[in-house]
Amino acid sequence: MQHSNIFDYKKYRYFKWAVVVILIAFAGYLLFEPAVGHYGGSWLGYGLGTLSALMVLWMAWYGIRKRRYRSSGSTQGWLSAHIYLGTAMTVIVTLHSGFHFGINIHTLAYGLLLIVVVSGFFGNYAYMIYPRLMTENMGEDNLDGLLLRIAETDKLARQIALLMPDDINNAVARACRETYIGISLMEQLRGFRADCPSALAVQQLTVLGNNVVAEQRKLYRDLYSIMVRRESLVRRVRQDLMYRARLGFWLYFHVPFTVALLVAMLAHIVAVFLYW
Amino acid sequence: MPEHFNIIIIGAGPSGLSAAIRASEQKVSYLLLEAEAAPASTIRNYQRGKLVMSEPRGLPIRSPLPFTASLRETVLETWERTIVDFQVNVRYEAKVVSLKRGKKWLEITLADGSKLTAEHVVLAIGVQGNLRKLNIPGGDLPQIQYQLDDPQAYQNETIVVIGGGDSGVENALALTGRNQVIILNRAEDFSNCKDSNLSQLTEARKNGALDWLLETRPQSIEGNAKGEFPITVFANTPNGIERIPCHRVIARLGALPPRPVLEAFGVAFPTPDLEALPLLSSRYESNVPCLYIIGSLAGYPLIKQGINQGYEVIEYILGNPVEPADTALLREKFANFCTDRGVDDVLEKIRKSVPLLAMLNTLQLRELVLESNLLLSQPGEYIFKRNDYSTTFYFVVEGELDVLIDDDNVTDDTLKSGDFFGEMALVSGRRRPGTVRATTPCVLIETPRRVMQKLIGSVPSMRRMLNEVAIKTVVQICIGLSLSEQDLNDLADNATLKSYAAGEELFHEGDEADGLYLIQSGSVTVSRMIGGREVVLFYVAAGKYVGEMSLVSGEPRYATVRAAIATEAVLIDAGRMSDIIARNPEIRSELDARYLQHLQDQEKLQQQEASSDSSSISGNQSTPSNLISFLIQQGVGEATDVLLIDESLCVRCNHCEQACADTHGGATRLDRDAGPIFANIRVPTSCRHCEHPHCMKDCPPDAIHRAPHGEVYIDDSCIGCGNCQQNCPYDVIQMAVIQDQPERSLWQMLLGVQPKALPTIDGAKVAVKCDMCKDIKDGPVCVRACPVGAALRVNPEELLSYAGGKSAEAALLGSGEE
Repeated sequence: MQHSNIFDYKKYRYFKWAVVVILIAFAGYLLFEPAVGHYGGSWLGYGLGTLSALMVLWMAWYGIRKRRYRSSGSTQGWLSAHIYLGTAMTVIVTLHSGFHFGINIHTLAYGLLLIVVVSGFFGNYAYMIYPRLMTENMGEDNLDGLLLRIAETDKLARQIALLMPDDINNAVARACRETYIGISLMEQLRGFRADCPSALAVQQLTVLGNNVVAEQRKLYRDLYSIMVRRESLVRRVRQDLMYRARLGFWLYFHVPFTVALLVAMLAHIVAVFLYW
Repeated sequence: MPEHFNIIIIGAGPSGLSAAIRASEQKVSYLLLEAEAAPASTIRNYQRGKLVMSEPRGLPIRSPLPFTASLRETVLETWERTIVDFQVNVRYEAKVVSLKRGKKWLEITLADGSKLTAEHVVLAIGVQGNLRKLNIPGGDLPQIQYQLDDPQAYQNETIVVIGGGDSGVENALALTGRNQVIILNRAEDFSNCKDSNLSQLTEARKNGALDWLLETRPQSIEGNAKGEFPITVFANTPNGIERIPCHRVIARLGALPPRPVLEAFGVAFPTPDLEALPLLSSRYESNVPCLYIIGSLAGYPLIKQGINQGYEVIEYILGNPVEPADTALLREKFANFCTDRGVDDVLEKIRKSVPLLAMLNTLQLRELVLESNLLLSQPGEYIFKRNDYSTTFYFVVEGELDVLIDDDNVTDDTLKSGDFFGEMALVSGRRRPGTVRATTPCVLIETPRRVMQKLIGSVPSMRRMLNEVAIKTVVQICIGLSLSEQDLNDLADNATLKSYAAGEELFHEGDEADGLYLIQSGSVTVSRMIGGREVVLFYVAAGKYVGEMSLVSGEPRYATVRAAIATEAVLIDAGRMSDIIARNPEIRSELDARYLQHLQDQEKLQQQEASSDSSSISGNQSTPSNLISFLIQQGVGEATDVLLIDESLCVRCNHCEQACADTHGGATRLDRDAGPIFANIRVPTSCRHCEHPHCMKDCPPDAIHRAPHGEVYIDDSCIGCGNCQQNCPYDVIQMAVIQDQPERSLWQMLLGVQPKALPTIDGAKVAVKCDMCKDIKDGPVCVRACPVGAALRVNPEELLSYAGGKSAEAALLGSGEE
């Protein structure tokens, strides 16, 4: 059965393409040295520049392609090509520049391209490791299901806690009231909260348990195990949100910088032709 | 002197009403008798708001009694109005207690003692008229009812439902939520219920919405003078008498079979079977002269049929020639075939040329032809090709055809006038095992699977004959074509057809070999005890055989074979098989080759299992056999195409669901997030396109079909009844409003912005499910939209049949995974 990931898609077809493109670019670079040295204005430079510009547009088109569900063919091939050819582009663009850098719009475009590519690498890394970890964390549950279960334990715990001494009741009520999950992006990326009221409540309950009178021992044990279960649910949800955040975080760089790159590239091309 | 009429019609159901109205039109003296206080009591006993179906769809209604498919209330209202409009001479609450042939006329006695006489009597009392009543002390209390009109009318009551049949269960389910419901079932389970009812019932009990007592009969019911509950039911349970105080009892005890009543009237039956239908002439007259029987009592349970018969019987009595209602339709059907003869002649010709159809009575034959296609094919035309997924059945009326079973383009069999074909796909639900091609101009009857199954169910001789032929075909396909005609017949004659429920064993490891099992429908797993646990070695689908190892080696069974789903197998006795093997070296060598291959595969597998056993500390024991077991548990064994998600690749982007929704009217037909996982493989909630689709079982408009490539899909004629949703054991059908989705702009797509949703249309909800994107070029969008290749569609046969030495998971995950 044919089943492959984005890297070995069609037996590394686009990896091979990328290698071929790089080899051709290098060969051109080495074989045809203009009299004034390598720079973007030589005919080789124009050739590589045009190629790069087309590739950038094509890379950006992937963002559209993957959401055009009514188009034909498979998205997986596009992503595989996007990754390998996008990586190859850094080499081609560098050769295009002829290693002339400065503080100008041209180098800005170059820098933006590198940022986009490097953020893409982070994406690859995230895509490689997080899916498996997410499945390990969640099993067959899903986020909505876990949140629902937390809400249920909340209700149950509050009911039982009402029958218990005030200090226990307060600890439980506080945990239920003040546990927030993944409010800020930083918190999501970090995946845990040091002063989590749920964890705190379990600690408090452990201590307060000594004061419970004999006839309430059973009730206390029930409450305790509910709160422990609740805490682990909270932890799993945080963990899941963390993986989700990390899985998508790189896109906050990849996509805006792509837009910036498109603008800078346009400026670069206009500038080059104006000063010709 | 008793009152006298020309015609007395007994029973004011659809058939009786239709007859009375026709008699009224014809201005004959007639009387309509109805035991209840209102007409159409069977339909009145339906639950409020139930859709009354009008089947068969093609049949025109010729009676003045109007009828179209609509809600129970509308139907009843229309009929009541018609009774008034035609001034029908009807007498309600007139129960007939005796009917006999007098000297001159038929004599009828009513329950109130009055006597009537008539020249002709039409019996149209249906089969539901004689409801079984609670024959216990207190059974006549006002809180006891035998029907449930409107479940919404009862709130916050404790209600005891007596009876574990479908009607009792449906009533109980309709009452849950707002009431406390307890079902008393005298049987030990609810095995007589439809699957959908059973699953809803189990679900309801799990949620605490109702409760039941099994092997329990009501003993008596007492009224309570005071307290919250007006009555108390005393129930005889296996643990003694239980008191159940309640507000209401709904007893759904079924109806008494009408046969004793008819026999008391002197009507004769062809067989002693209690369910047998009375002997009737083609004009509905019974053996008692001038006593006519129509409607479901005569074996025609559909409302339309009854209405037409009501009209026809009056015409027959008056001596007017009428041609049956479907004749015009048949004439249209025969427009290109035998145009020089009348419809009856053509039917007679069909009956004479096809022996299998001669087993049907005229009405059954007419129905079959009406529901079928008449195919005229030219020489060289393909009727179907090997591996097609079509499921229709064919009768050859004229002409000759070739059968090609393997790829060699050499004719393996010929079919001629009187033969039939397509029985394998009919029984197994799998792809066509061979190609059929016309060699001369042919006339074929192409019958839908649904119609054939109905006939197989009701005509035992037809079922027997089809089974015999199916066995022969299965032998031919499994064991090969080298057998002589004589050997083949001999094998088929002595083979036995066996059915197994899911999980049942065909044979057990270590048993003495009893023969070769050819899997006719369903599929089986082959497993052995390795290291103290049962390890699944192979998965064998219909059209293949198991049990040859012991036949070749002569040793006891080396493995256990178990049905993965409901399975039918043809057993060929060991002695006869050895005899065949001895005389056919070709079969011998094939079996030997398979034997050696199996030994090799098994050895490899055993080593893998052993090595994974020692390294299983890592937790997830994802050996191939475990994966097979898991997938079989998920019902993949009966699937033809299943969507799997490789969770180790899935980046949770949801493009699969969005793509599905975008291309299918806004409702995604898969739920990526839900479904069991094993070894990083998730079986998401999405259609598996079962071999015998559960959803197709009970679709009133017949809107669910199977496309030639196996896709099970719902067409536009869906009425939104929700039966398929309930029948699907995998929860993959949902009810949704279909509406076109807006195309997103380029910027929206580049940045992943959701377009503004269109205002939701207040359309009717219809059933939606995966159609495998059969109308979209390039195939399923869920798979194509997955950027990382985590979504994949697999054919379970390839997935589960263990390919020499390569583990199923490795095959699934691809070799690139390190």
